[in-house]
Amino acid sequence: MSSHPGSHEDMSEENLPSERSDAHDGAVAVAEDPFADPGLPPHQPRRQDIDERAARRSERAVAFMFTLSMVATLGFIAAYSLIPPSKIVYIFPFGHVSALNFSLGWSLGVALFCIGAGAVHWARTLMSDVEMPQERHPIEAEPEVKQKVLADFRQGASESQFGRRKLIRNTMFGALAMVPLAGVVLLRDLGPMPGTSLRHTAWRKGMQLINVNTNLPLRPEDVGVGSLTFAQPPGLNDNSDDYDDVIAKAALMIVRLKPEDIKDKREADWGHEGIVAFSKICTHVGCPISLYEQQTHHVLCPCHQSTFDLSDGGRVIFGPAGHALPQLRISVNDKGYLEALGDFTEPVGPSFWERG
Amino acid sequence: MSTTNHATDDASAPRGKAPAGERLADWADGRLGVYSLAKANMRKIFPDHWSFMLGEICLYSFMIIIMTGVYLTLFFHPSMNEVTYSGPYVPLQGIRMSEAFNSTMNISFEVRGGLLIRQIHHWSAVVFIAGMFVHMMRVFFTGAFRKPREVNWMFGFLLFVLGMFTGFTGYSLPDDLLSGTGVRFMEGAILSVPIVGTYLSFFLFGGQFPGHDFVARFYTIHILLLPGIMAGLLVAHLILVFYHKHTQFPGPGRTEKNVVGMPLMPVYMAKAGGFFFLVFGVIAAVAAVASINPIWEFGPYRPDQVSTGAQPDWYMGMAEGLIRAMPGWEINFWGHTLQLGVFIPLVLFGVVLAVMALWPFIESWVTGDKSEHHLADRPRNAPTRTAFGAAWVAWYMVLLLGGGNDIAATHFHLSINAVTWFVRISFFVIPVLTFVATKRICMGLQRRDKDKVLHGRETGVIKRLPHGEFVEVHAPLDQGQMYTLTQHVQHQPFELGEEVDENGVRRKAGPVTKLRSKLSQGMYGEGSQIPKPTAEEHAEITSGHGHH
Repeated sequence: MSSHPGSHEDMSEENLPSERSDAHDGAVAVAEDPFADPGLPPHQPRRQDIDERAARRSERAVAFMFTLSMVATLGFIAAYSLIPPSKIVYIFPFGHVSALNFSLGWSLGVALFCIGAGAVHWARTLMSDVEMPQERHPIEAEPEVKQKVLADFRQGASESQFGRRKLIRNTMFGALAMVPLAGVVLLRDLGPMPGTSLRHTAWRKGMQLINVNTNLPLRPEDVGVGSLTFAQPPGLNDNSDDYDDVIAKAALMIVRLKPEDIKDKREADWGHEGIVAFSKICTHVGCPISLYEQQTHHVLCPCHQSTFDLSDGGRVIFGPAGHALPQLRISVNDKGYLEALGDFTEPVGPSFWERG
Repeated sequence: MSTTNHATDDASAPRGKAPAGERLADWADGRLGVYSLAKANMRKIFPDHWSFMLGEICLYSFMIIIMTGVYLTLFFHPSMNEVTYSGPYVPLQGIRMSEAFNSTMNISFEVRGGLLIRQIHHWSAVVFIAGMFVHMMRVFFTGAFRKPREVNWMFGFLLFVLGMFTGFTGYSLPDDLLSGTGVRFMEGAILSVPIVGTYLSFFLFGGQFPGHDFVARFYTIHILLLPGIMAGLLVAHLILVFYHKHTQFPGPGRTEKNVVGMPLMPVYMAKAGGFFFLVFGVIAAVAAVASINPIWEFGPYRPDQVSTGAQPDWYMGMAEGLIRAMPGWEINFWGHTLQLGVFIPLVLFGVVLAVMALWPFIESWVTGDKSEHHLADRPRNAPTRTAFGAAWVAWYMVLLLGGGNDIAATHFHLSINAVTWFVRISFFVIPVLTFVATKRICMGLQRRDKDKVLHGRETGVIKRLPHGEFVEVHAPLDQGQMYTLTQHVQHQPFELGEEVDENGVRRKAGPVTKLRSKLSQGMYGEGSQIPKPTAEEHAEITSGHGHH
């Protein structure tokens, strides 16, 4: 494909500087305007244009890259057939990597890259690099064409009697405007109406607080000062279908503070001997809060860094959250376990229009 | 008609059969008209410049995304049904997860080459959107959006925005802990929309978050709806590139009326076709060595769990920055809540993008320029536009930094609060500073151009004059360089003119016209461009005595 020495010789002669001196035809009298357009500069021949040996070298280089690509594709097939997906190897400086992914990726990469490199090298060194101008034509139509089109349109419009028969026009607009309503109505069953579902969680009076990690009910002595414990309502099974929907609202975060550290009276009342339970769902956009600073009793949402003060009613002290974390009222039941005294009194999670 | 064709075939038959390729082309021409199509396009001239490859990178990465994406759909199950993992990745064995997550694990660990294709797909998406961003900036800074290309600018802009959402819906599909957190963020943002937000959220998620529907729905959006629209826009974008012919940079012999370069066949077929393989090859090699979105490290999504340092893909970082920097404003009134702390960033997200999209229309309104432009501007010759673009890029970068405020804080041992406050202030200050600085740099470069044209280029040769003074020898520019530096058109500011015309009738300029005049003064007035050298100035200096 690329081996036509004859044609190269033809091309090289054509590209010799003397042959292209007429390229200056765009030049105008320089003396009058020093900034006039001198026209396209003459073509500078490349080495390959005048030296057939250099051209042959380029040809071999291109062919070498195409051949390398073929070899790499064979390597890809070999790697696919021979290397098990589970094999992990250590390769400096990438560390422990999947041998299959590494070899498939590199062989495919080389196979593709070499085709590209060969084609580009071919274009840059052997194909003609004579720059030539091509005229542009204005995009706007000639006035005659425009007149013809407008006349045709007027004729078509009048033949349709669209402007004259207003009844047809108006009812057609009406029909076309209404028919998309069918499509809008069809969207109704995409989901249920919100109703009050965002206002309630699974928490009810008398429910014990279940430790998420151990799946056992929590007693006050399980919650130490400085630790952050996560709890969920009893009877939740993470195999159940609606587990995610329930935990997305009911997730609870329990800390024990020294009673004298609690600045907010209601917070202290709603807890048990300094143990307080707050919603784990950030009031900003609903990420689960998980970073707790023991000394200050601040919790930080790792998503957008809203910071809440758990010693002061869950108040927002920094970041984009708009209101305090809802607190769950808890107590201890007669068996000595922590229990909820009802649902949250306000919606948990991000704000919404109907929240109020 | 067919009889006529037969007649011509018979007439040419005695000369012997045409080669197979030609007969095939004849066949296609009789049905598709390929000869007329090829006549206009086969030797179509394309100008050469490295920055014209940026758009090609976008096109090729889009093609790679489509090819690898089709492969991934063969193995991916867009379902949120819960299953227990029993694959070869030991740390997750026995863990409950959605089928979506499970099938992504299968692609990554059991399908041979599956991980490679997944990583090529994801890396290409990152390259695609980065490519569009840089390509858009190239078009912006060279003024290549001007008439007749405004429509194509809008097509490109839509591709950029749709690309962001296609990326978002795509990386949410595996239903892993990281992307699930992103989806939760999106749900919170939708909830903040006044009046309809709650309903939108319930309709999108099929009920309460997370529900059981969003993976299947995002899947349809990700593999069909958005890519379908994008493919249409992309074809339209390319047709217009062909139709308008490419812009070119100014230089000797290059005018508004021509396009100088090399023909499609063979040079651009080889270069552009080859470049596709280069892009694909590089991305494949990157996917071989650089892991992207390792979902097995995040684990399956649970709404009560999160990892620290949660970051979206880079192109969503700007939205993330807006939401992180915004103070938590929330208004309660008449039993309703307006969560401005989330809703304002949501609106600003659109505003930041729209500001860029609308600039071409603002500029053409201010200049009142109705002519076609095919010569790319040198950015320095349009200081106000360049400064505006630079300010926008700076704005975008401030928000990107804001999106990674936690990363910045932990890496540079800074307070997260300090970083956030820096972003809040920079959001307003940095674009203004960038605007002023860029404009001054452009003006400085214009002055240097003028100096070079009038006094020549500094040669670095120092000459000692007889009386002991040292001067540097300046060499005059050649004709081509002088043309390149002086060919640009300088707009004159739009003047309101006399309030009273010669007959004493008052001509009142409306507020819109006055605004246009003000903007025009700002963009093309005395402080915004250096008058380019004239032939007289040049003649005076080159013929005068002070020449050295």
